[in-house]
Amino acid sequence: MSSTTLNKRSHAAGKPPKQVHSDRVKAERRLGWYLAGPAFVVMLAVTLYPILQAFVESLFSLRLTAPDQSEFIWFGNYITVLTDVVWWRDLGVTLFITVVTVAVELVLGFALALVMHKAIKSLRGLLRTVILVPYGIITVVSAYAWFYAFDINSGYINSWFSWLPFISPDLNWFADTWTALFVIMASEIWKTTPFISLLLLAGLAQVPGELTEAAEVDGATWWERMRRVIIPNMKAAIMVAVLFRALDAFRIFDNVFIMTNGEQGTEVLSLLAYRTSITRLEIGLGSAISVLLFICVLIIAFAAIKLFKVDLSGTTGDK
Amino acid sequence: MRSSTRKEKIWWAIISVLVLIYALFPVASIFATSFKTPSDLTSGKLLPTNWTGENYEQILVGSAQDLFLPALRNSIGITVIATFIAVVLATLCAYAIARLNFPGKKLILTTALAVSIFPVISIVTPLFNLWRTIGLYDTWIGLIIPYLSLTLPISIWTLAAFFRQIPWELEQAAQVDGATSWQAFRKAIVPLAAPGVFTTAIIAFFIAWNDFVYGISLTSTEAARPVPAALAFFTGASQFQSPTGAISAAAIIVTIPIVLLVLFFQRQIVSGLTQGAVKG
Repeated sequence: MSSTTLNKRSHAAGKPPKQVHSDRVKAERRLGWYLAGPAFVVMLAVTLYPILQAFVESLFSLRLTAPDQSEFIWFGNYITVLTDVVWWRDLGVTLFITVVTVAVELVLGFALALVMHKAIKSLRGLLRTVILVPYGIITVVSAYAWFYAFDINSGYINSWFSWLPFISPDLNWFADTWTALFVIMASEIWKTTPFISLLLLAGLAQVPGELTEAAEVDGATWWERMRRVIIPNMKAAIMVAVLFRALDAFRIFDNVFIMTNGEQGTEVLSLLAYRTSITRLEIGLGSAISVLLFICVLIIAFAAIKLFKVDLSGTTGDK
Repeated sequence: MRSSTRKEKIWWAIISVLVLIYALFPVASIFATSFKTPSDLTSGKLLPTNWTGENYEQILVGSAQDLFLPALRNSIGITVIATFIAVVLATLCAYAIARLNFPGKKLILTTALAVSIFPVISIVTPLFNLWRTIGLYDTWIGLIIPYLSLTLPISIWTLAAFFRQIPWELEQAAQVDGATSWQAFRKAIVPLAAPGVFTTAIIAFFIAWNDFVYGISLTSTEAARPVPAALAFFTGASQFQSPTGAISAAAIIVTIPIVLLVLFFQRQIVSGLTQGAVKG
């Protein structure tokens, strides 16, 4: 944009345009990379380099407890991980948490977005402010808040809801897989729904008002307007929100670590990687799990982009 | 806007109360827990029977201060430095993307996107091993560097979105009116760009403040362990006492900055988040 104005100016000055053009363009390109280069290099240094190192280390039988006995074993670690039932169980738990939380968040987030969108002016600020509290709060704090509320010793949920048939005063939520997963997912959903609802709110704002009004005039019910006009028009926003949240949920760690530390069959893949590398110091195996996790994220991202035709570059407004 | 009827007003009141309960109840819950006495913790009630400040006393001046205060110092120091570096690098980068014509813009934005979906735990194992070898394990720098992988991508996206909306012609207009290029930049562009930079800093701060995976994996002592990781290692005053009260009090203290930022900058945070993600 600015280069074209510069070009015009050089034409007006009557200099040989081609020479000036290329000098200007060269200088601008150089300046561009001088300014953007450091951020680019740092981003690569903190992600690309570690994942390459992880790949190399994943080919060795490296343990920090016996670093001298490290041997090159090709893909031995990957075979160990992929033939272990623990990997598949943890993958199942992680996918279950991802699917359930994203589905619930999408519905809840959409409702919240509609509320914020339609809210009368005097309430709008208040609603957006309170919705940002869960967004900003530390996940570990959220995990403790939910944990203490449900915990058999310090909790009050059991006595509050004792009138429900399946809740008794000595129900230990964290002693069973499904009840523990329920609290873990509740905390995760509470914390991250605001993010999804803000993205959907931005999507709602982009739906042309004339369309919904025209549909209303034509006698369409609320549900018809929603299904035929509003949702199709904000498909891009929904897809971006779902993709980002799904990839984020797939990395879930904090809530599980605090509430159960992976016990009672609630272990997720991130926790498996942590336990293998940091607790048991099996760097070779842990690196293999890290690389596999990275591949899982890539598969989900590509599948989502291909399947739903999410055009990420389109939403960037990049020319 | 048409005036709302009485019935609509009641509806909005109910909806607002529901949203308020949704957003604030878990915070209120841990807030109440933080004021309970040890014997009160098992009461099975939300509110304490006797409100007490002893949990706060314990972590700020009492027996648990060695667990909490160094962690608070680490959290503040590491988060502020990581935020500052990310915002400076991202400002330069986003300025170039919004303003200059050079090949590789798309590559930079795609890289930022790829880095932001990168599973954090995948970086932890190699860094854990590398940091131990080169002596960055359990140091501030050892956390600041990986924090950039969290804060830098979103900063670049948010700022690039902000900068694209700035009418850069103003700078030229000011120069035509006789301002030097530095004056033009300072008087015309900085006031327009500053809110975007500030908003980005808040969002980056939230993200770094929230980190747990790096904090727990790359530190081992109070030399660098930030608050979220330290909470997981809290112990009671004696081995027979649960750390529930102390953890709740510490949790409330680290939530205060979040609540203050949200209260004062709600509008900016919302616009920053939505711009970076949807329009960005």
